[in-house]
Amino acid sequence: MSAHEGMQEPNYLEFKGKYKGIYSWIFSTDHKRIGLLYLFSILSLFVIGATIGLLMKFELIAPGKTIMDAKAYNAFFTLHGIIMIFAVVIPGLPAVFGNFMLPLQIGAKDVAFPKLNLLSWYLYVAGVLMVVISQFTGDQAPDTGWTFYAPYSFRTAGNMLPAVFGAFLLGFSSILTGLNFLVTIHRMRAPGMTWLRMPLFPWTLYATAWIQLLATPIVGITLLMIVAERLFNIGFFDPTLGGDPVLYQHLFWTYSHPAVYIMILPAMGAISEIIPTFARKIIFGYKFMVASSLLIAFVGYFVWGHHMFTANMSGKALYIFSLLTFLVAIPSAIKVFNWISTLYKASIYLQTPFFWAMAFIFVFMIGGFSGLIIGSLAADVHLHDTHFVVAHFHFIVFGGTGFAFFGAAHYWFPKITGKMYDALWANIGLTVFFIGFITLYMPMFFLGVAGMPRRYFDYDEVFHTGNIISTMGSWILYSGLSIIITNLFVSLKRGVKAPADPWGGSTLEWTIPSPPPVENFIETPIITKGPYSYK
Amino acid sequence: MSLKMEEHRDDLASKTGMWLFLFTEMLLFGGLFVVYSVYRYINADAFHLAAQELSVPVGTINTIILLISSATIAMSVTAIRKNNKKLSLLLLGFTILLGLVFLGNKYFEWGHHIKENIYPGSPVLASRGQGDVLFYGLYYFMTGLHALHIIIGLVFIGFIARLIIKDRIVSDNYVLLENSGLYWHLVDLIWIFLFPLFYLIT
Repeated sequence: MSAHEGMQEPNYLEFKGKYKGIYSWIFSTDHKRIGLLYLFSILSLFVIGATIGLLMKFELIAPGKTIMDAKAYNAFFTLHGIIMIFAVVIPGLPAVFGNFMLPLQIGAKDVAFPKLNLLSWYLYVAGVLMVVISQFTGDQAPDTGWTFYAPYSFRTAGNMLPAVFGAFLLGFSSILTGLNFLVTIHRMRAPGMTWLRMPLFPWTLYATAWIQLLATPIVGITLLMIVAERLFNIGFFDPTLGGDPVLYQHLFWTYSHPAVYIMILPAMGAISEIIPTFARKIIFGYKFMVASSLLIAFVGYFVWGHHMFTANMSGKALYIFSLLTFLVAIPSAIKVFNWISTLYKASIYLQTPFFWAMAFIFVFMIGGFSGLIIGSLAADVHLHDTHFVVAHFHFIVFGGTGFAFFGAAHYWFPKITGKMYDALWANIGLTVFFIGFITLYMPMFFLGVAGMPRRYFDYDEVFHTGNIISTMGSWILYSGLSIIITNLFVSLKRGVKAPADPWGGSTLEWTIPSPPPVENFIETPIITKGPYSYK
Repeated sequence: MSLKMEEHRDDLASKTGMWLFLFTEMLLFGGLFVVYSVYRYINADAFHLAAQELSVPVGTINTIILLISSATIAMSVTAIRKNNKKLSLLLLGFTILLGLVFLGNKYFEWGHHIKENIYPGSPVLASRGQGDVLFYGLYYFMTGLHALHIIIGLVFIGFIARLIIKDRIVSDNYVLLENSGLYWHLVDLIWIFLFPLFYLIT
């Protein structure tokens, strides 16, 4: 009933390869199918992680024990952190939309190493399995938080080994994805696609890939040292054996701060695709957008110390890290200004992905500004380890990356599935989700300023009101999430057929049918101008 | 997907990929070099004395072995380029043999220390103070991780040798052999740093 408009080219969903059924997915080296493998794994884990978050918020509805005790709460926030950080937001946009869209946007047939791409997914699954194993074997679930801080991580009775090794495998998977994208971008751009004719989403993937490649090994070796510490009692980070726990923090954040930019850069890239498409205008300051992506990736390496302002660093180091933290805000601000300027005098086409992009800018600004508050030394001493930090982090990573993820999901849904989603329900879902998000996280800023510490299942009576509001927000947010996801799945079955270019997009992926043919481009495209070339 | 039967080969891409992977390996060890420097700075005297207990001759022999093995694998690439399959395989065999000798030396070295009750967690080592605990902790961890890389390299080279036997690596398609050589050189290079750090700087 489809795919006979002159061409006999089957699309990637209908294509019959060597294998059948589930095997045609898990043995496929097609970047589009691997992207969807990631999408389903990540979405499932996201729902699990969000459900754990929902339970934790329910625990905090009143002081004292509501549904779980301290031990269970510790185990839950650890699992929530490991799943959401290592298995959801870090691979989120690059592994799903990067895999699917990068070759399409640069006019390539696939990524440079398709088999390696599939291997990355298997490593990802293996890493997730290790984390699952850590929950169901041993005497006690891991309870260190996702940061595995020394010396607790090798003293706790929690079942740390599988969890730490799982995080190592997830990191390895991330390195290989980054490596693949770097080579793909260097070697496989379509003829005529010079560096400055490349769309901004691939550009952010490029910057991200360098971080994945150059920062992840540091956390890899650090996690291996924790493993060795637990197994052989070596003493790297054990003060009783001469080791230094603060050194662990340095090594850990040397990766884990750049990791925040692994999460946010591709999100910014997706927003930079959505905005020009729906504004019908070339993006304002294309070159500045490119430069700011690279600058964020570069400066992002040198700010890790701001996670350790209260860990007894030297005064000079504190000033330098604080200064650099303020500097890294500049390229992010450049991006926000450019998005807003793109909208100036534009004929805006109001559709769900555009609403997501606007919501992204709103929450990302709040997240960014609150970051500057805790980036300043004096304020951080007061706010460190309070709910303020939790709120800031969720505004950036859930509000930033999460919103961009759903924006990208709606933007590319017609391309990926060949169907249109139901716009009314998508907008209702977004509205409920947005209200829930603000209700959930906004009170945490006030709770943090008032002094409520993070990572406790219990709190003082004075914090009760804020927590009730926040918990109710979590219910609204979860309802919104359910509407969004249900709508996308229902649309997959019932949606009307999508045209090749439903939004009037100008990048290469919109020039081919939806869903794309197996080989992506029937003829290799030849690029003669830059992206977003609207009149 | 197996639809694309027409050969798409990009040797430069493969080599770029390998080089990028080598960057990650360097950073993996880089983290350990940072840890080493910090603890050497804090425990200068203990590191100085502990390093004198390692056998410089064994370390030197192992260094020479690895350097020669790097040369043989490089020569193996040249041999296959000149279409000399037999010589190329012979040289790879040499490389594997030298790698095994290296591991053998390492085994006896470690065995010697362990016999003297010097290993992480041993009460004898603990009684010698924090500097020694850290020195030997780093020694076992770093040389152990390096030995693991040697083993991975040997398996990789063995796999490549099989491909040469099956004529999958030939005089105009040898990028996999080159990549295995690059990996082996990196393993060699890391040893070139480990050797002075543990054996020579006393």
